[in-house]
Amino acid sequence: MAEATHTSPVLEPGHNFKTVTDRISDIVTAKRTPAGWFLGFGIAFLLLLLLNFTIMKLLFEGIGIFGNNIPVGWAFPIINFVWWIGIGHAGTLISAILLLFRQQWRTSINRFAEAMTLFAVACAALFPLLHTGRPWLAAYWLLPYPNTMSLWPQFRSPLIWDVFAVSTYFTVSLLFWFTGLVPDLATIRDRTTSKARRLIFGVLALGWRGSARHWQRYEVAYLLLAGISTPLVLSVHSVVSFDFAVSQVPGWHATIFPPYFVAGAIYSGFAMVMTLAIPMRKFYGLTDFITMRHIHNMTKVMLATGMIVAYGYANEAFFAWYSANEYEVYMMWGRMTGPYAWSYWVLISINVVMIQLFWFKRVRNNLALLFVLSLLVNVGMWLERFVIIVTSLSRDFLPSSWDIFTPTRWDFAMYAGTIGLFLALFFLFVRLLPAISIFEMRTLVPEAKVQRAEHHG
Amino acid sequence: MLDLPPVNRSMTQPNDIETLRARLSAERGREYWRSLESLAETPEFQSFLHREFPQNASEWLDPVGRRSFLKLMGASLALAGVSACTRQPVEHVVPYVQQPEDLVPGKPLFFATAMPMGGTGVGLLVESHEGRPTKIEGNPDHPASLGATDIFAQAAILGLYDPDRSQAITRLGEVETFGGFTTAMAEALAAQEATQGAGIRILTETVASPTLAAQITVFLARFPAARWIQWEPAGRHNVRAGSRMAFGEYVDTQYTVEAADVIVSFDADFLCTGPGALRYARAFASRRRIEDEEADLNRLYAIESTPTNTSTRADHRLALKPSEVEAFARAVAARLGVAGAGDATAPAGAAAWVDAVVDDLNANRGRSLVIAGDAQSAAVHALVHAVNDTLGNVGSTLVYTEPAESRPADQVADLQTLVNDMNAGQVDLLLTLGGNPVYTAPADLEFAAAMDQVLLRVHLGLYEDETAARSHWHVPEAHFLETWGDVSAADGTVTIMQPLIAPLYGGRSAIEVIAALSEGGGRPGYDLVREHWAGLSGLSTEAPAPPPPPEPGESVDGEAAEPAVPPVTAAPVPLPSPFDREWRRWVHDGLVPQTALAARPVVLQPNFAVAVAPRAVPAEGLEIAFRPDPSVHDGRFANNAWLQELPKSLTKLTWDNAALVSPATAERLGVENGDIVELARGARTLRIPLWVAPGQAADTLTLHLGYGRTRAGRTGDGTGVDVTPLRTIDALETAANVALSVTGDRYTLASTQDHWSLEGRNLVRVGTTEEFEANPEFVRELGEEPPRTLTLYNEDEHAYPGYSWGMAIDQGVCTGCNACVVACQAENNVPVVGKEQVLAGREMHWLRVDRYYTGPVDDPDTYHQPMPCQQCENAPCEVVCPVAATTHSDEGLNDMVYNRCVGTRYCANNCPYKVRRFNFLLYQDWETPSLAAMRNPDVSVRSRGVMEKCTYCVQRINHARVAAKLEDREIRDGDVVTACQAACPTDAIVFGNINDPASRVTARKASPRNYSLLAELNNRPRTTYLAIVRNPNTVLEEARLAGAGGADEAAAEATD
Repeated sequence: MAEATHTSPVLEPGHNFKTVTDRISDIVTAKRTPAGWFLGFGIAFLLLLLLNFTIMKLLFEGIGIFGNNIPVGWAFPIINFVWWIGIGHAGTLISAILLLFRQQWRTSINRFAEAMTLFAVACAALFPLLHTGRPWLAAYWLLPYPNTMSLWPQFRSPLIWDVFAVSTYFTVSLLFWFTGLVPDLATIRDRTTSKARRLIFGVLALGWRGSARHWQRYEVAYLLLAGISTPLVLSVHSVVSFDFAVSQVPGWHATIFPPYFVAGAIYSGFAMVMTLAIPMRKFYGLTDFITMRHIHNMTKVMLATGMIVAYGYANEAFFAWYSANEYEVYMMWGRMTGPYAWSYWVLISINVVMIQLFWFKRVRNNLALLFVLSLLVNVGMWLERFVIIVTSLSRDFLPSSWDIFTPTRWDFAMYAGTIGLFLALFFLFVRLLPAISIFEMRTLVPEAKVQRAEHHG
Repeated sequence: MLDLPPVNRSMTQPNDIETLRARLSAERGREYWRSLESLAETPEFQSFLHREFPQNASEWLDPVGRRSFLKLMGASLALAGVSACTRQPVEHVVPYVQQPEDLVPGKPLFFATAMPMGGTGVGLLVESHEGRPTKIEGNPDHPASLGATDIFAQAAILGLYDPDRSQAITRLGEVETFGGFTTAMAEALAAQEATQGAGIRILTETVASPTLAAQITVFLARFPAARWIQWEPAGRHNVRAGSRMAFGEYVDTQYTVEAADVIVSFDADFLCTGPGALRYARAFASRRRIEDEEADLNRLYAIESTPTNTSTRADHRLALKPSEVEAFARAVAARLGVAGAGDATAPAGAAAWVDAVVDDLNANRGRSLVIAGDAQSAAVHALVHAVNDTLGNVGSTLVYTEPAESRPADQVADLQTLVNDMNAGQVDLLLTLGGNPVYTAPADLEFAAAMDQVLLRVHLGLYEDETAARSHWHVPEAHFLETWGDVSAADGTVTIMQPLIAPLYGGRSAIEVIAALSEGGGRPGYDLVREHWAGLSGLSTEAPAPPPPPEPGESVDGEAAEPAVPPVTAAPVPLPSPFDREWRRWVHDGLVPQTALAARPVVLQPNFAVAVAPRAVPAEGLEIAFRPDPSVHDGRFANNAWLQELPKSLTKLTWDNAALVSPATAERLGVENGDIVELARGARTLRIPLWVAPGQAADTLTLHLGYGRTRAGRTGDGTGVDVTPLRTIDALETAANVALSVTGDRYTLASTQDHWSLEGRNLVRVGTTEEFEANPEFVRELGEEPPRTLTLYNEDEHAYPGYSWGMAIDQGVCTGCNACVVACQAENNVPVVGKEQVLAGREMHWLRVDRYYTGPVDDPDTYHQPMPCQQCENAPCEVVCPVAATTHSDEGLNDMVYNRCVGTRYCANNCPYKVRRFNFLLYQDWETPSLAAMRNPDVSVRSRGVMEKCTYCVQRINHARVAAKLEDREIRDGDVVTACQAACPTDAIVFGNINDPASRVTARKASPRNYSLLAELNNRPRTTYLAIVRNPNTVLEEARLAGAGGADEAAAEATD
């Protein structure tokens, strides 16, 4: 088995079917909600209220409450959109691609990583809609619906591709996540003492009885969904990157964008999984399930994808010079020395320099440090989008039009608000649904292996 | 209101109507509408209004009603989804009972009139939609317009509809009637009869209205001891003084700019400001098109202390302190042999310049022209007269005429006398007819304090301004678009001004006010102007008897014919009188023929040399140059939001003025843009922010008048700094020995263009005549244009078989005067966003003029680049719009569908020219009723969240298309004139059908100077530019290049 080559197992020893099931389902079925949960949820909820307030203000007054201007037509909302979408990617990668590659270590993190994907996409989807001048029309005019005017969207626009990419992504992710939940929902249904919970979980469990036929269908469906999800990992962020790559703006118009964006998305997504996993395993006593093995693996994925991103930066700079295009050269030079140079250099120091720490085992073992570093990676990836979007737009072709973008308090409020939405949903998820896949974890306990060994004789 | 239906039962105060009826019937009939306003202030009337709509008015005060109101609101919200579509407000359309002649709803009419300003007038054609003037164009027949306009004329339409204009006659702040006013005046004048009016003073701006001048003359004949004072704050005092000094009399100089091969300007912005600027600009431009065979390029030298629009088109420009310009002029005059010119030594560092200028002038005797600016001293003006005389230019490149203004006078001395009289208590009645002397008078006159000594102070003005606040009576003035009048243009040509609309706020013109004070009593302006001109023309105003109707049944050839039906006999049409025939033509044409002033001989004064004794030149220290503001002039346009938000051509500042300082001086002082400094002249001090202006003379601060108004209106109050505290009677134009201290405070100035440099990009292409002659294709070689065949698609897929609209903009003649920008704003209902939004980078101008500098920061070359939508054939904005709100027309227009736009702003991001504008907030004023009347009904008024941009004035294209279709023909070249093109004084913008080989735009685009901006992106813009070809003096050019050395490439960079 693969564990032999690793220092740490994917499941700490001493567990059997019962302990695994108890430990995970007790979080959901427990009568008392821990005080810490209320504290965390409370903070998240306050931020969520801030989001609501900002959206109301936005709808009443207009997009002008943000700092966007001409030439910087896109700023915080689109940065946040790309950032959130990117974060979502780790969930799909973990659940789909690692499943197909039969990486057992995905088992203990895939459930909440998928939930994270859904919540991140929900946060992301707010921005492209609300950043438009007339969201009440953008909400459906971007969809190709039959209408008496025979008016269709402009299918050549990357924003239309975005609509399809993101909505497909959300739908498939939701189905995948829910399908994976069904056996566990049934477990909760069977174990809970609360009538209401039994009813709700009973409905959600879709009549799951755990029969062999159920399992067989489940496995097929799950595998198929994994297959469908896999290209999405690559396609969604590629399409998002087309928003930029298809345009003429120096700094956007680059063929490296799709792979570079996908790598960046996975990189930031894993950072977010780490950010969530480190506190969660500690506070809910799940250190046996989310072991150092997981932490190490995720750090390594971040290192690998981070290096791809760093290659992207080098590539951008090289081709700006190699193209001998004066606008590209100026753009690159402007990033490094212009009014937003600070953002570029912070980004480089995080995404290129700082991640080299992940080479060291001592760093990978230091959970507190990893938590801080993964937060920083998210900061770095946010700045990457800031650099791409704002610095490119603020100085493009005609120097007469160059202008500085200054964010307003509402820019920050909306960003903080979506973090509130994300965390609030995540707190609810952890409390109401099994955050780790129970039945899949059970396949990791020794009893399961013994059976299998006997079976194969 | 009196025809109300029977009193509603729900009315709680049935007595209200009776009370009001009684109250109203007590008023005299004619005064009825005037008194409504005062009536409205009574509590009874308020209550009546309130109760007139009893169903809703009190809902919020009554607890039970409020609940039902909320219920209803809830229900309507729920039902809102059912009705789905926007409900249009119910409006009643009343058809004409008698259709006015020529009036077709939807089809605008144009009326000729003129805009008087600063003692001169510009002929205009005003577009009127169903009786509402909406847009102003120049009158092509008028010699001071030639079809072009300046920014002030373009913005006048907003001034007309300004809701902040004063709306009632007031006495001590109380609303009064005009009858009350005339009664009070009659009493005051009666008291003056005894002293022959010794206590009466009339204060006007410079008058160029023959009728008004005649009326004041009549008034002065009745009160011989009364005095008439004219005060124009940004007036041409030195021009008049210089004329007196040189010739002993007042004469006007008329330039024939097109005849001059060499022009030397001493601080003169003759292409952009002052009388005749529009005509001079057109004439100058006609000599700057190198590809025209007949256009032999002229050469312009500009010697000045602060950059002007004129000097941006100069081939050579020298920045000198204001005191040094005179020394330079003296040196040139002396070298040219003007007797008594004084010292022939040039100011430090300008010796080579004097040599070059003198040599060039000598080589072009009789074909040269020297022009002195309004701000230059009288001595410079006198010297320039002498220089032109010596060079033999009089008669060829300039002529002298009688003054065009009605009564030239030494306004400065007159104003001083007035203040002395007021202080001495000799003035009993001060009639201020127009103008705002309390704000504009030089600081040391203490005009306001002196005015308080006057027993009765009357102010006629468009606004309740600073002067109105200190006057007993304020009479709202009629806007020039609301009134009959007349005005002389720079060359004397008189225009009869006709009203486009009845006075919105019951204003009166100065003519009407003076008439109301006369013995004859108040009479309408129409009669007054007409009578004046009838008198002048000597033609009879008696209508001849109508011809007898033809005998029935008698045909032309005498054969008797029996009509089948009895003929309908119309009422006899009254024939116009001999005068009326002329008058109607004058009013229609917008000018009175043969009123242009004839050239007259002048003789230089023999004691001329003594008169121009040089003034002491301060060797050291800072100097100030006072200038009227490029946007708000002397403050009269302070409440005009279009002008406030118009980026000033050279600084790109909006909503504020600032002290302009040269980069070198700023560096020495250690200051940057926005630093507040304290300037001191003796005890007079002023705190003002600085703005670093490349090209400004060293140690020179330019202060613009017109800001810091306290009673301008909602728009103008609190913008900028009033610089008058430093402006004294002996230093109206320039002041020396100014102390400056840096305060350390900062002020935020809103500029629309932060970057000055081209960053080495080939966006503006410039060459010299030599380069052009050596290689006419040099402009195209500066850039790369991908071949049309370089495409994956079928090249002919997007052919434009019909019309194919395009535009060519000649940068070589663009002076950056901004007229196009305001014209576009007026034509296209472009909103104003305010200083905060400008600072946020959200100005909405569809057409902007980019200004770039190249060369050393203290002596840069300045280029203007008007930037409308480029209407790309491969438009990058179109493919990225997710909802197809911006699409391509089959005539090559890049259309914007506002209704479809959801506001993703992707198009703006992808536009390399950044010409797209977004309504980030609700910028349009949907509330103010007068502004609704102002808007162009042919252009959508955009709302929040929608992208907008230049349309090539598609509404004008469609008007032309309709007209052409009705006549069953193609649209001809010249049928469609865009708003920017129409306004342009230099004819820099040409628009038309590029499929038409004979069109002007095709000819322009065929010029070797033609190039596309950012052609390498293969957007194929329909708007192209014509490069600048300079005509430098080789001597100076070589010296400059040698002096600048490697610094030439070190472009000016913004200090951001």
